[in-house]
Amino acid sequence: MELLAVLCLPLLGFLLLALFGAKRAAPELNIAVSFATLIAAALLVLRVERYGTILVFHDQFFVDAFNVFLVGLTAFVGLTTAIFSRPYMRIEELHGRLTPRRLQLYHAMYQLFMAAMFLALLTNNMGLLWVAMEAATLSTVLLVSLYRTRASLEAAWKYFILCGVGIAQALFGTILLYFAAEKTLGHEGMTALLWTHLNAVKGQLEPRVLGLAFVFLLVGYGTKVGLAPLHNWLPDAHAEGPTPVSAVLSGLLLNVALYAVIRCKVLVEGSIGVTLPSRMLMGFGLLSAVLASFFLWRQRDIKRLFGYSSIEHMGIITFAFGLGGPIANFAALLHMTVHSLTKSSIFFTAGHASQVSGTQQMDGIRGLLGTSPTIGWGLMLGSLAILGTPPFGVFSSEFLILTTAMREHPWTTPLLLIALTVAFAAIFSRVQPMVFGDKEAQPLPQSPALVPVFVHLAIVLMLGVYMPPALAEWYRAAARLIG
Amino acid sequence: MRAITLVRQLGEVALAIGIAPLFAGWIAQCRAWMQSRSAPPVTQPYRMLRKLFHKDAALAATASPLFRITPYILFGTMVLAAAIIPSLATDLPFARAADAIALIGLFATARVFLSLAAMDIGTAFGTMGARREMMIGFLAEPALLMVLFNASLLYGSTALPSLVDGYRAHPSIIDPSVIFAAVAFVMVLLAENARIPIDNPSTHLELTMIHEAMLLEYSARHLALVEWASYLKLFNYACIGFALFVPWGIAIHGADGIFALALSIVALIAKLIVAGAALASIESLSAKLRLFRAPEFLAMAFLLAVLGLLVHLLLGVR
Amino acid sequence: MVLHAFTVPVLNVLNLLASCLLLISFAMLSERRTPRLITLFAGQGTILFISTCLIAHSSGLHELYYSAALTLLLKVIGLPLILRRLIYRLDAQWDSEPLVNVPLTMLAGLALVIFAFGLAQPISMMATTITRNMLGIALAVILLSFLMMITRRKAVTQVIGFLAMENGLFFAATSATYGMPMVIELGIALDVLVGVFILGLFFFQIREQFESLDLRNMENLKEE
Repeated sequence: MELLAVLCLPLLGFLLLALFGAKRAAPELNIAVSFATLIAAALLVLRVERYGTILVFHDQFFVDAFNVFLVGLTAFVGLTTAIFSRPYMRIEELHGRLTPRRLQLYHAMYQLFMAAMFLALLTNNMGLLWVAMEAATLSTVLLVSLYRTRASLEAAWKYFILCGVGIAQALFGTILLYFAAEKTLGHEGMTALLWTHLNAVKGQLEPRVLGLAFVFLLVGYGTKVGLAPLHNWLPDAHAEGPTPVSAVLSGLLLNVALYAVIRCKVLVEGSIGVTLPSRMLMGFGLLSAVLASFFLWRQRDIKRLFGYSSIEHMGIITFAFGLGGPIANFAALLHMTVHSLTKSSIFFTAGHASQVSGTQQMDGIRGLLGTSPTIGWGLMLGSLAILGTPPFGVFSSEFLILTTAMREHPWTTPLLLIALTVAFAAIFSRVQPMVFGDKEAQPLPQSPALVPVFVHLAIVLMLGVYMPPALAEWYRAAARLIG
Repeated sequence: MRAITLVRQLGEVALAIGIAPLFAGWIAQCRAWMQSRSAPPVTQPYRMLRKLFHKDAALAATASPLFRITPYILFGTMVLAAAIIPSLATDLPFARAADAIALIGLFATARVFLSLAAMDIGTAFGTMGARREMMIGFLAEPALLMVLFNASLLYGSTALPSLVDGYRAHPSIIDPSVIFAAVAFVMVLLAENARIPIDNPSTHLELTMIHEAMLLEYSARHLALVEWASYLKLFNYACIGFALFVPWGIAIHGADGIFALALSIVALIAKLIVAGAALASIESLSAKLRLFRAPEFLAMAFLLAVLGLLVHLLLGVR
Repeated sequence: MVLHAFTVPVLNVLNLLASCLLLISFAMLSERRTPRLITLFAGQGTILFISTCLIAHSSGLHELYYSAALTLLLKVIGLPLILRRLIYRLDAQWDSEPLVNVPLTMLAGLALVIFAFGLAQPISMMATTITRNMLGIALAVILLSFLMMITRRKAVTQVIGFLAMENGLFFAATSATYGMPMVIELGIALDVLVGVFILGLFFFQIREQFESLDLRNMENLKEE
């Protein structure tokens, strides 16, 4: 069955790469496993499209429109990142920053991380969701510290401790959820923690307990989404880890963590009403967006810059989910997709740019269009895309969010606009000198794989210009599920 | 006031005055045994007191009347405290007049006079000892108050005899708040009576002294009275501990016969023997804390007492 | 759920164990020597084991015995062993002064305990387990471990605080809902174990780079 394949293929990949990851063919094996996973995910998507929501293995796994699109997205970005990382890591190895043993660890952990994320997306059991999120954190901690420099160790430590504490809060929230559920659903085995069962009885669950549980769950999983004020780990982890890891963190992990928050929100809203969860999501979202946009001005490191940009965009998405309603949810889902694609492509180009220039500091990167046009154009287009210039997809989703906000909560619109404008100015002013200008730079020892970058950007462009009806219908179905 | 209660009251006071030095001697013996030394006989404190009373008192030229009255005040407050604490029986005529908070007030009075007299002469060691004593006292008093509040919350009154009566009516053995309060009380006892780990009673190095430093200027009968007062203080604290935590054997309200009285005396002596041995073992097994760690020790005691209170409120244990 | 099998002595013992758990959390706040911290942590695990067994016996839920066995293996035997080997090889036997002095930390801890008791009261009222009053103590243990993590200088003690927080969570689950489903507990245990392994690897890397496990070395990444 496709679901089993989606879950087991990355695990198989993890085992194989743990054994053979030091060999020359490891990146190719990585790509092969990711490709197979993508096929399985595509088949799963087709099945859900034909049959609707499916429940598997005594209701332990659950696929509906919301998480199947995330599964597809995860598999796709996983594959493209694996393709990107092949030459990138070879160059890093040739530059002397990595050894074959570390590459073995990297490849093995990469597939383990993908497996953990698929488990988190597909499970119906809130407890297993927690276990999978914790596993995803653990598998990336060692990846962030891969370069073994002082800065990367500090970044990985902060990441571990902050996300660990966050996830402990989420565990307490899960316990409270179980506590509320047990009174209604009973103690037999695992049924009390199954999302579908909880969803069915959510009106009968104790409001006070669920309210408290939501606070803990939001704070806990929200730390992993990068919501301010719990975002401290994110810029450091993005800056110090290897670029493929930054790409999957921004593009995938943040999405999965937000998915966990939204699943909890749907449950809690049925019990205590829309006000509290929506206000909290909107509040955190706005705070993250505004705070991150102002912090963007102070950044010197290119990957830190785009890390803060991720915080800002996740803030906008969270805000949109907080707004609720069909349009805002649709926009939020669209934004999740385009942000994931665009941000990962930006990180691809930023990674190569720093390799070309020998530094991650933006002052040291100059004249990319002159030295390596593909990297330069990729960065330029990617930045324009993430800043919300039409006709890219980010513009449509931000436009939808802004108009909904203007209609329902007008006082938030100035804040959003400030955040977006400040971010636009900051990033644009930083990217300009990097792309244009004169600079002598040494060519790369291995040609970079920049096809993924342009594939991503092309998809984002397409989503902005023309949304395939099937996809639109899909988003609408998911938006309906979220409420 | 019936005759038997008056007899019991006076008997209690006399017993306290008489036995307190013996108790101190017993603790010294136990310590010596544990440290594999040969010990002086248990009656050594009596001999020392007798020797001191026979000597001529020498007073410093700068001593004021305060210095001369203080030994008597100390002894008097300790005897009064012994009268209030139900060591033998709870039917005490004096006890109606005072409860646990007044008891703490008595101890505070004693401490204040001792410190003032130590500073009175004007030597460096006396002032140093007085300052340290006040610091320890300032931290230990809240802890002791919390312990007593704990007990009073459990049994419904702050007067010690009523506490004992209450405890005997509803004994509860494994009560976490009682255990916390007991540990806190032992810690306060060690601090207030100048025992290791706060202060070494047998030290001769002035810079490490707290209690001893305040006694350096006394001689002859004054020294005898002050020493006797500190023996009495330890005895009183031990009796408070017995009353709060192990009150079996104390003749409660209504038990008037001679049999009850004899039983209570025997029980008291047995408890004192065990307590003395326990105290000596705590002293031998601990190292003296550096002075700036003493607040941590007492903060821990305060904390335990408050925790006992909170746990009682939360768990609702009867 | 069989409630009437909980006899009063069992309940008293459970209350006593819960209070000792709270006491150990306070002791961990002020303890300076790392081997003693590990012993205290093992003590917490032992208390959890005994109380889970008692609850299993009295409520008739036999799957709690498995949970108790897992706790014993992992938290009383396994993790302390791993941690001790770790600090022996890392030579990290002592912790320096905590960030705030000890009496102030104790007072802050006391405030947190009062807050936790207050927060847990309404939830305890709703619980159907006989051990519901202990939810307040569980929450207090969680908050105290959090305080311990914040006020510590050495990396190893932060990790022990983190593990103590997980102990508190386990206790909360046991007292509010008679434990979580077995699979979840296995998953959590696996995560904790893997986490400690990864941390162990991590510590060696840190020591190699920084020559010490003092966390003041790790405060350099700021906005440049």
